[in-house]
Amino acid sequence: MATLDSKVPAGPLADKWRKHKADIKLVNPANKRKYEVIVVGAGLAGSSCAATLADLGYKVKCFVFHDSPRRAHSIAAQGGINAAKNYQNDGDSVYRLFYDTIKGGDYRSREANVHRLAEVSVNIIDQCAATGVPFAREYGGLLANRSFGGAQVSRTFYARGQTGQQLLLGAYSQLSRAVGAGTVELHTQSEMLDLVLVGGQAKGIITRDLVTGAIERHAGDAVVLATGGYGNVFNLSTYARGSNTTAIWRAYKRGACFANPCYTQIHPTCIPVSGDYQSKLTLMSESLRNDGRIWVPKRKEDCGKDPNAIAEGDRDYYLERMYPAFGNLCPRDIASRAAKRVCDEGRGVGPGGLGVYLDFSDAIRRLGENGVRERYGNLFDIYHEITAESAYQTPMRIFPAVHYTMGGLWVDYNLMSNIPGLFVLGEANFSDHGANRLGASALMQGLADGYFVIPYTIGDYLASQKPGSRPSADSVEFKGAEENVTAMTRRFLANQGREPVSHFHKRLGKIMWEFCGMARTREGLQKAVQQIPALREEFWANVRVPGSADTLNQSLEQAGRVADFLELGELMCRDALTREESCGGHFREEHQHPDGECKRDDANFGHVAAWEYQGPDKAPARNVEALNYEFVKMSVRNYK
Amino acid sequence: MVAANHSTQPLSLTLRVWRQAGPKEPGRFVDYPSKNLNPNMSFLEMLDVVNDELTAKGEEPIAFAHDCREGICGTCSCTINGKPHGPGRGVATCQVYVRSFRDGDVITVEPFRAEAFPIVKDLVTDRSAFDKIQQAGGFITARAGSAPDANAIPVPKGDADLAMDAATCIGCGACVAACKNASAMLFVAAKVGHLGLLPQGQAERDRRVLAMVQTMDDLGFGSCTNQYECSAACPKLISHEFIARMNRDYFKASLRSSFRPESLGAGGGAG
Repeated sequence: MATLDSKVPAGPLADKWRKHKADIKLVNPANKRKYEVIVVGAGLAGSSCAATLADLGYKVKCFVFHDSPRRAHSIAAQGGINAAKNYQNDGDSVYRLFYDTIKGGDYRSREANVHRLAEVSVNIIDQCAATGVPFAREYGGLLANRSFGGAQVSRTFYARGQTGQQLLLGAYSQLSRAVGAGTVELHTQSEMLDLVLVGGQAKGIITRDLVTGAIERHAGDAVVLATGGYGNVFNLSTYARGSNTTAIWRAYKRGACFANPCYTQIHPTCIPVSGDYQSKLTLMSESLRNDGRIWVPKRKEDCGKDPNAIAEGDRDYYLERMYPAFGNLCPRDIASRAAKRVCDEGRGVGPGGLGVYLDFSDAIRRLGENGVRERYGNLFDIYHEITAESAYQTPMRIFPAVHYTMGGLWVDYNLMSNIPGLFVLGEANFSDHGANRLGASALMQGLADGYFVIPYTIGDYLASQKPGSRPSADSVEFKGAEENVTAMTRRFLANQGREPVSHFHKRLGKIMWEFCGMARTREGLQKAVQQIPALREEFWANVRVPGSADTLNQSLEQAGRVADFLELGELMCRDALTREESCGGHFREEHQHPDGECKRDDANFGHVAAWEYQGPDKAPARNVEALNYEFVKMSVRNYK
Repeated sequence: MVAANHSTQPLSLTLRVWRQAGPKEPGRFVDYPSKNLNPNMSFLEMLDVVNDELTAKGEEPIAFAHDCREGICGTCSCTINGKPHGPGRGVATCQVYVRSFRDGDVITVEPFRAEAFPIVKDLVTDRSAFDKIQQAGGFITARAGSAPDANAIPVPKGDADLAMDAATCIGCGACVAACKNASAMLFVAAKVGHLGLLPQGQAERDRRVLAMVQTMDDLGFGSCTNQYECSAACPKLISHEFIARMNRDYFKASLRSSFRPESLGAGGGAG
């Protein structure tokens, strides 16, 4: 069994990070250039990490499967980034941001990590402004803020509806600067396919050059994974099509524990599915909930009517009714489940009754159409492109969709996994969002990890490694890992199957959505745990991967990723099955309060479940890290 | 915005697609009839369907670049009926929907064509030249940990908004593909404009524009002859006025650099 030592420093909550930074080991400037760090992924966390480590003097190699680091899916985040700046003078503070995030996560995250996140949030905004991120401004030239779900202050910084894009381009510009200066060696279209352990420590990776097909071995003194989330296990999600679990899943199979895999965020405001061909669900930013009002008809009979013809009194603004204090701005998990509930009652709108209205007519009356356009114009455009409907004239139809995964590889306070030398940042790790992530917190975490946490904590590990002790990429461990990768490629290409990869991905997605989606039951999860291995067998027997290994082969890329999803999906269901409680995004029908809210079981499940691979066809081991709440009392979340 | 065809009738289209096995292989058009398409399907979803059919037949599917499928990552890059990103205005390839075509249409699908974007395979091109231009100067040097308070430097709202207009560039390369000279002026001007409008970007302003333009020229992009096809094809509708702005910046920076060469002692420190 793995030992899970969170390494949370002792002392008062607000002093932990400061004290830790003063206590951990440093690497002297002359030695830094003797260490080589491998960074996989170039989204917010990966880019900011690679650039910052290079600025510190480390040699950095950065790998990304995209053709440019600027394509990473952080780019698609719309709404904003939280920071406890209190520029609005509305009573915000580091403690409040910490508390909102802990509460939003339904008391399933680590206190010390979350407090650190809130502390460095203020530095992130400074850093981003310095790099030229064109945040929204007031006429006086100072930064503007908006409010977001789960908070009663305005602490969200934004750049129109393209905040993720601007933050990523900011981090990308810093990475580009380092690449131009020769301090980062950038490998684009290079996918990590295995992790190499030497003497039990992470010392390298195996990659495939997606253009030439070359399998390469890369050695480093430490490996950082910043490879994003795994929501595409559901096939349909708001993720980019290329987002995958492969890097972290292959690390899991090398011994890294996978924590809370079942914690999935279903975002309440996405454009509903329109057909079987669907490849992608598009998010409508949560910021729309600031001015849009969510409703369904009170009576089932009205569902087919033109929404503008339904009288005010016949509408059920159900979030405002059920959660008067937070209304349309209640947290995502709550808003999603409420939408599911009204649709289950038969009051959903649009094709298949799987939709609710998000209505801007009040906002248009208040702000004028131009006022609404200024705030949300690009989102309304996106909606129009996809549905051919104008949300200025008729309410948007929205429905929940998979959006983010709070689970990920287990890390300690230093963001190091249980494998020494393997660090995990951003969405790929598990630590900061508990069982539910609040809006505008993912961007905050990605940049916190990359700009302000890892640059300190990686030094503590590297200082324990002798400079120049990096193993050769010709060692047996590297050759073994390479053989592992090539064998899988050979197997795919030699397979005499009949079905394309997408066939299996869609079927897996349906199983996951039905049994491991917004509401889960013991019975359903047990079924999924039976069905997924059967589908996996069918996949390996019947998948067809045309083309060859020595050229760009998108079917081959996809096959490897879906093979990993077919294993991960089972682990998610096992995790959901074992967690006999409801918390945040994990809702078990058996465990709810009479009003339909999550019923946590802190006594038995107030812990992190970190799964450990035991070998093919063996049940994984479930390790536990107790969550010791020293400063906040675990209480029932109440947004009423 | 794509003109909406509100009909829900299924469509049949013929896709005439550029197939090219590798950078040095000859390419050719191949026709793929595609029947019974839902008008609400996206253009890329239509390619997915065609690819699944090809795979089931044991043929190699069409390689095409795509990722976010919501018009922001800049990966997708098809020239559809001769127009980069197809018939819509202000949209990327992934935001083109089948409803914008008519039943029976023959649709030509090609990669973005430019000497600086060599074809990798089928519809996929190598646009790493854009990254090289960014690496030459598309940044404000700001080490983590050294930034002043964000509100210490007010930025007039007008400047911030204009900088944001330029910063919305998704780096797709449609501007290059649309230009008869395959010029990258709009792409470079957008970055130069964005960073040059902000007070934070002033220290490196001259160096930035000189280095980025030099790199652009070195990488084989053509010259700008002010036809503005670039802006018309841009999925973010970035204005060609940024090109004029960059030309001014470039001119001033060239003058200043010839009268004010960099210190020979730069980079050294006392002690």
